[in-house]
This record gives sequence, C-alpha cells and structure tokens, in this order.
Amino acid sequence: MVALEASAPASRRPLDGLRVIELTSERCALAGKLLADMGADVIVVEPPGGSPMRAYEPFAGDEPDREQALWWWHYNTSKRSVVLDLDGAEGADDFRRLVSTADVVIEAEPLGRLAALGLDWSQLGGASSSTAAVPARPSTDAGGRNERLIWVSITHNGRERPDPPATDLTVLAEGGPVWSCGYDDHTIPPVRGGGNQGLQMACHYAVATLMAALMWREDSGRGQLIDVSMLAAANLTCEFATYFWLNQQVDVQRQTGRHALPQISEPTQVRCADDRWLNTGVPPRRGPEFAALSGWLAELGLASECPYTELLKLGESYEQIDILHLDADPLSAEVFGAGRDTINFLAERLGAHELFVGLQSIGLACGIVYSPEEMLADEHFVARGFPVEIDHDGTPVTYPGAPYRFSATPWRATRAPRLGEHQDLLAD
Amino acid sequence: MTEPAQPHAGGRPQVTPLGSDRLGELPPDHCSPVWPKAEPGALAGIRICDFTGQLAGAGATKILAALGAEVIRIEDPVRQGRWDILRGTQPFVDEHRGIEAGGSFNNHNAGKLGITLNLRDDRAKELLRDLIAVSDSVTENFAAGVMDRLGFGYEALRRIKPDIVYVSNCGFGADGPYASFRSWGPIAQAVSGLTFQSGLPDQPPAGWGYSFMDHTGAYYMAIAILMALYHRRRTGEGQWVDLACIEAAGTLHGAASLDFTVNARPARRSGMPNSNRSQSPTMAPHGIFACDGDDEWVAVAVRHDDDWQRFADVVGEPWAGDERWQRLSGRLAHEGELEQLVGDWTGSRSKHTVGRRLVEAGVPAAPVLRPSERIDGDPRTAEWGLWVTVPHSAVGDARVEGLPVRLSETDWAIGRGAPCLGEDNRYVFGAVLGRCDDEIAELEAEGVI
Repeated sequence: MVALEASAPASRRPLDGLRVIELTSERCALAGKLLADMGADVIVVEPPGGSPMRAYEPFAGDEPDREQALWWWHYNTSKRSVVLDLDGAEGADDFRRLVSTADVVIEAEPLGRLAALGLDWSQLGGASSSTAAVPARPSTDAGGRNERLIWVSITHNGRERPDPPATDLTVLAEGGPVWSCGYDDHTIPPVRGGGNQGLQMACHYAVATLMAALMWREDSGRGQLIDVSMLAAANLTCEFATYFWLNQQVDVQRQTGRHALPQISEPTQVRCADDRWLNTGVPPRRGPEFAALSGWLAELGLASECPYTELLKLGESYEQIDILHLDADPLSAEVFGAGRDTINFLAERLGAHELFVGLQSIGLACGIVYSPEEMLADEHFVARGFPVEIDHDGTPVTYPGAPYRFSATPWRATRAPRLGEHQDLLAD
Repeated sequence: MTEPAQPHAGGRPQVTPLGSDRLGELPPDHCSPVWPKAEPGALAGIRICDFTGQLAGAGATKILAALGAEVIRIEDPVRQGRWDILRGTQPFVDEHRGIEAGGSFNNHNAGKLGITLNLRDDRAKELLRDLIAVSDSVTENFAAGVMDRLGFGYEALRRIKPDIVYVSNCGFGADGPYASFRSWGPIAQAVSGLTFQSGLPDQPPAGWGYSFMDHTGAYYMAIAILMALYHRRRTGEGQWVDLACIEAAGTLHGAASLDFTVNARPARRSGMPNSNRSQSPTMAPHGIFACDGDDEWVAVAVRHDDDWQRFADVVGEPWAGDERWQRLSGRLAHEGELEQLVGDWTGSRSKHTVGRRLVEAGVPAAPVLRPSERIDGDPRTAEWGLWVTVPHSAVGDARVEGLPVRLSETDWAIGRGAPCLGEDNRYVFGAVLGRCDDEIAELEAEGVI
C-alpha cells in the first residue's frame, strides 16, 4: 500500500554533500526540509529547551511532549539537531565553527539579533577582499569568514526595513491572499487559506533562489546574501487580483470557492449526495462532451428521469459554445445551462467520488473536494507511492511524501531529530 | 551549464553572453543577439527549452529568466500560441486586445524569448531537435502523454541530449489510475485538500479565491529544475522529474495530515475547518474582524498571554480586564464570546488604525489590504521594487511582478516584457541554431515557424 522509500537502500540525491545550518524558526523550517529531503545535511540549531515548534499542538497521542509535536515532525524531517545557546560565548563559538564548515545558512531571526552577537552574514560570510583567490570548498579567510557561504535571511520585509510582529495570518492579510478568499456574502469575514501558506510561500522562493546561487557558486567560487521578504512573497501569490490591478486598475471581489474577479461569476462548487463537495470546473461546451454526458446518463439509467436530456442532444451539434457571448444567443445559453444543470442533477444522486471519477472519465475536468486525509488515502496517490512510511525508532508513521519524483535521485525522508540528538557533531 | 566557465579571481566572474558559446561556428551576421542582458544573473549560461504555459508552468520559467537563464518559449504558429489561453484573455491594458495583450500572459512570460514551431512539420521537429541539443533543460506542463505524442518524450529527449533535465508538470502526474484526468489550479486545490482546509464552520468550502496551486506548482517546478540542474552540474547526470501538482499540494497541510495518520483525528470533523482561528499552534483571539467601512477588515493574532496583556492595554475597556481572558485556556474556552467582543471593538474603528496601534504595542495585526491598497497604496512593496515596468513590443510599457528576494551578488532583473508570437525567431534560429536569413524566411513563408 505504502511506498517504502524511507527504508530502501540509500540512493544518491541531488544535494548530497551540501551542508546547511538552519537556525530553527517556523518561518524557515520548510526551506530546510525541502533541502534535507533532497540530500542536504541540514543541521538545525535549537536554543536550550528546544525549538518553539516543539510546543505547538497537536502532539502524537495528545501528550504535550517536545519530542511528540507533529508540527516539529512534519517540518523537520531528514535534519540533524544540535542545541546551542547563541547568547553565551561557548554557543556562539560553536556556531561560528559550524558555519565555517557550511555551504548555506538559513535563518529568520529578529532583525539585529545576530549582528549584536557578532554572528550575522556581514561577520561570518562574504568575501573580505575582491582579489582573494577562489576558494575550494569550504574555506575561511584570515578573518574567519567563509567566502563560499550562501546566507538566506527570511524576514517580514527584508533586512533594510522594519520588522513588525507578524504571523502567517497577518502576512496573508496585508500581503493580499486574504482579500481574494471567502464567500459571496461579504458580511462573512474573508478567509485565511489553511496550512501556514504565508510562511511557506517565502520558503519556496528562498529555496529556488538559493539553488540559483549554488549554481553561480559552482563557477564563481563565491557565496552571497539572499534577502527574502515574506510580505513580498505573499504579494506575488495572488494571481488575478494582482493582474487586474496592474493592467486595468480594478479591484477583484471574493466569491465562494472560486476565483475572485471584478464581476460575479457562476458557482463552481456543488454539494453531492454524500454531503461532500465537487468543484465542477467548466461544464460541457463542445459537442462530444455533451454526447459523452448523455451517454453516461444513459449508462446510469437516469436518461429518462433527467429533465435536460433533450437540450443535451442539441448540445451535440455544437463545435464549441462561445461562453463569452451567451447574452446574445439565448439558445446556446440554454444548452450551456443544461450541461451545468445535468451535473447538479447528478450531484443530487451520486456521491462526490463517483461523480468526480465519472465526469473525469468522460473527459470533463472537475475535482472532488477532499480533506487532507482523504487525499492521502486515494487510490491514485497510493498507487503512485505518494504516502510514505517513515520509521520512528521501529514504528512506521505515514507522511505525505515527495512533492516531485526525480527519476535518478529520488526524494527520501527520515524522521525529525530529537532535541540535541546530534550534539556530538560539535565534539571534533 | 552548457560549458563550465572558468572562475575568475576578483570582481564579477565573466559570464559568456547568451548563446555566444556557439557563435564561433556561425557567419558574422548572426553574431548579434537581439537581446543582450545588461547584467549576467545567477543562472547566466543556462538555456531552457520551454514548452510551459498558463501560470503553473510559465511561472516557473519566469523565475529562472529573472535569475538570468535564457528561456526560449516555444509556441504553435498554427494556433497562434492559444494553447496558453492566457495569451488572449483579460485583464488587458487600455484598448489592447488579442494574443499579444493578455495581461496574465505578459506577466508570466516577461524576460523570456519566444519562438514558433509548427511541430506537424518534420522541418520544425528538426529545428526542435537542434534546440534541445544545445539546451540544459526541457520544461512543459501539458497533460500527461502529450510530449510522447509529439515525439519528444523523455526517452526521445535523451537520445538527442543524454544529460538533459526534463521536468514535466501536470495535475495528477505522469502515471497512476487518474493519469488521464485533467486539472488546473482550482481542481488541484480541491483534490489535494487545500480547498477543504480553507473555510469557516457551517459554510461551503471557501477554498482559495484564485489558482494558488498554479503559483505554488510553479514554485515547486522551479525548485525541481534547479535541483536537477545542480545535480547534473556536479555529476553530469540528467533525469526526468515528474511533478504532479496535486502531490506538491498534498505536502502543504502542515501538521494536519499527521494528526490523522498518528492520532486518527480527521480534518473532516465537526466545527472544522475554521481556518481564521489558529489550532496549530493554539492562539486566541486569532481572526479577521470587521472594521469601520464597507468590506473593511483587520487580522489580529494574539500569540500568547503577554500579547493578550498588550492587546488589553490598547483596548483599554473594562471587558478586556476580565479574569477569564488572562490565560490562553480561558480565552480558548470562551473563544466565540471573546471574538464577539473583539469584533465590537474593531467594528467602529479604521482597519489601519487598529493594525498600527496593535503592532506598535507588539501584537501581530494587519489590515486586510485590497489589491489597490497593497500595490499602489503600500510604499513597502514599491520600495522593494516589486512592481516592474518593462517594455513590451505590442503593448508598450507593461507592469509585471518582480521577485520577493534580493541577491547581493547576482540580483534578479527583468529586462523586457513577454515575447510576441515568434518575436525571437530570427535570433534563436539564426544566432543559436545557425540557420541563415534566407532559410529562416523560407521556413516562415511555408508555415514551419
């Protein structure tokens, strides 16, 4: 049922040999995970007492315990953990030593904190002289700087600007996504999309940019500073809301379960007989699509019961209904409406999964609204090996698996580290 | 990289101009690329043979182009590039209409080169083979199987260039029981669980009011291309990355998936989802509250008891001193009542004032900003240089999105707008592939390009 990638023999991965030091934070944990699951040696540095993420609910078995936080488990797979007190001389020294062996540092510390400790990019990274020889990896100059170091800094809005208190919710609110999400009824508050996307957007840009910087370093021998703005990342993840403003200076308005647009559009979600929802996509427009829908109705024995059968027949004669100009063509509008009504008719009689598979099988794009656990259990994703088992000291735990399938160097994950599990890294 | 460049000591390394590594074989009149970039970016020297479209694909190669890669976008001259429906659909600037005017298209393809190939013709296939042979990566987001039908599936690509990095991006992936199913952003969001996880109790799914997974699928595609190129740079080995957008989406639920696989607690349960609240980690009050005015809202996140003290000080009304609110457990136990009180307090106030006063007190808060407010009314995005004006050959000046990152040595740049259909045929078929002007004119006249 579940792919056994986690226990397969170790295979090569694209980031093998790369060392990353991550200062633990909910704002950069995903960036470290994406690198670690692809082979980088990501050492997550935790403060004494552990990462704040170890205190986030929910816990395995609902027992509050810093080793049982599911948030920690999810965002810290494949990493190693050391505990350092950066405020103390010994911890700061250990951090400097670690950084001197690293290719990449990822941090999301409050602005100014690391600089005050003498542990910032300007103190530990960057070429100290423009005439320095190109270093072999990793290398420190006389001043203790690692010239090959790439430093990724994730902040609210960059290192040059104020750093207000902010969370996933507030970044998504002022960054734009929230404006577009919610319901037709605007007395209901707009909605934050779930899953910590305000934090994750910045991590996605951080990793893509970091990979480009690594490519450049292959030739130049030099690292650099990558300054990532969470506010800007959210602003760039709003699709039409942004393009309508940039091009036409018009604000979009949010609509239940579908695109926010300047104008109100037709609903695209339908509740099915089992109370689950289906996103209907675009109803049939082409002749063959009407024919296929009629055929499926007949197969289900519902053709005579369905009040739209005659209009569907008419639809079969269309090459393609021009849905942008239905106002001028009442008959086409009626035919197009019949396709939509037929899907609603079917939804009253079928469960969401049967309707989803049935419509897709006749070529009509649509999507069942699954909960996360239902997606993980679906036969398609199971057959592709998406859910994976990760060993927790003898107990297998099912996780969402690879976001991408690399044919030669596949994704592979191991469980998140216990607090300070790899402290002996500092011994030598 | 096509050729490992020699590192240079000191200053910026010299990176060969686009396409110039092959110019030695060409007659001199082919030697001037029409579009030299002022500053070589981090990915200078990387060439992408790009079949992507829409946002889920084109958004990925846009990032690569901004970081310095030479992205050559391939379009069908017979259908005038309309496989990508965004080419000719709104929003539009001013009176501009048609296949050069689509505002989304012009955003997603800024900084790229554009060529046309009619792949029904064998001569176009030969040109494509030549282009693949001098490219580092082939990228596409067609439905599964389309590249095979065109004769350019992964095995065919490898025969042309053994170390090619091929990245395909479709909703359900290249194989599996639903491989033939079709998808776009809202469908990927529905099937992956993202739509379900966005909403309020006793309401239909609110989902994402846009194609969130087209953006995010593009992010994963960009990451995949670069990780595979990095591996190839170090080992010489190419590969195929099968990116199923819905699987990428299925990794984005935070701890919710594990709460089911470990604790048997499904996300589909009474009272859920309630995504304006914060269950992981628990915070209260945490939500979006109405403010003075029409459709005006403020987001407030009280992270812990210290935040509550600061929040109560800003409110300064008797109810905020209630003993029940001093501890998280009390605020959670009466969360609905607390939200009502907070909403009553924000309701008569400006969202900007509430946001500013709470932030000044140290409490995370922010107004819900409209597009007009965050793009042209928020100096922070302008100061970042987030909105870039680029020249577009048909539309004139076009405003497009930049990147939310700054690189200290090789910063991103977007030098021009999206290519018009076939705009760079002469440069690519001439300077890159070595065809002479007469031959290009003939290919054009005969509908091959």
